[in-house]
Amino acid sequence: MTDFRSQVEGERPYLMRYASLQLRNRQAVEDAVQDTLLAALAGEAGFAGRSNLRTWLTGILKHKIVDAIRKNARDATLISGEVDVSDFDALFDDSGHWAQAPADWGDPDAALGQKQFFAALEECLARLPLKTSQAFLLREHMGLETTEICKELGVTSTHCWVLLYRARMALRECLETNWFKK
Amino acid sequence: MMLTCKEVSRLASQGLDRRLGLGERVRLRLHLAICDGCRNFRRQLAFLRQAVARLGDPDGR
Repeated sequence: MTDFRSQVEGERPYLMRYASLQLRNRQAVEDAVQDTLLAALAGEAGFAGRSNLRTWLTGILKHKIVDAIRKNARDATLISGEVDVSDFDALFDDSGHWAQAPADWGDPDAALGQKQFFAALEECLARLPLKTSQAFLLREHMGLETTEICKELGVTSTHCWVLLYRARMALRECLETNWFKK
Repeated sequence: MMLTCKEVSRLASQGLDRRLGLGERVRLRLHLAICDGCRNFRRQLAFLRQAVARLGDPDGR
């Protein structure tokens, strides 16, 4: 019993880091992790027989993160700055061609085995505007459908596509500069 | 009629989030057939999806 409690508690730093990727508000991160730990301790039986405590806890935390995003959607600041992609104009010339064409990343799968690559990816994610980052992670990390994401974030589906486009454009640029060209 | 790289970048992104129409798919394919940059771009988006899915993976790192 006590052993389980201390094991769960030992995952707190990992969970804090994980939640920080998706919620940038310190208080929201702490609340989501706290709720997760409490739910885990109350539901120890649900863990019985599972092999990986961290995976189980992360699964609970994902739900808490979506709850937190939903709760904040209403009073979030306007996203007008995030759905205007005119700042990407500089990436293309007047005829709509790439000013600098995306490079061949070779065998990028090799990067997936490297811790430093994920650190670079997290850094690139942290540079995205909040809603853009949340929309992207709900889509590509949590695997939600666009319609669900729009609902959680309280935006139209057109805005959703723009947020996802913005995220992808910025991330590929960031990774190309900071990882694949190094 | 031919899509620009700028338009292709948008369509390639949306193609990961919704089913593109037949016309969109045809024009996308026509452009990709002759454009290295956009082919690279599309591969990069697919890779991003793979990488981000593994973010914070307890077993992955």
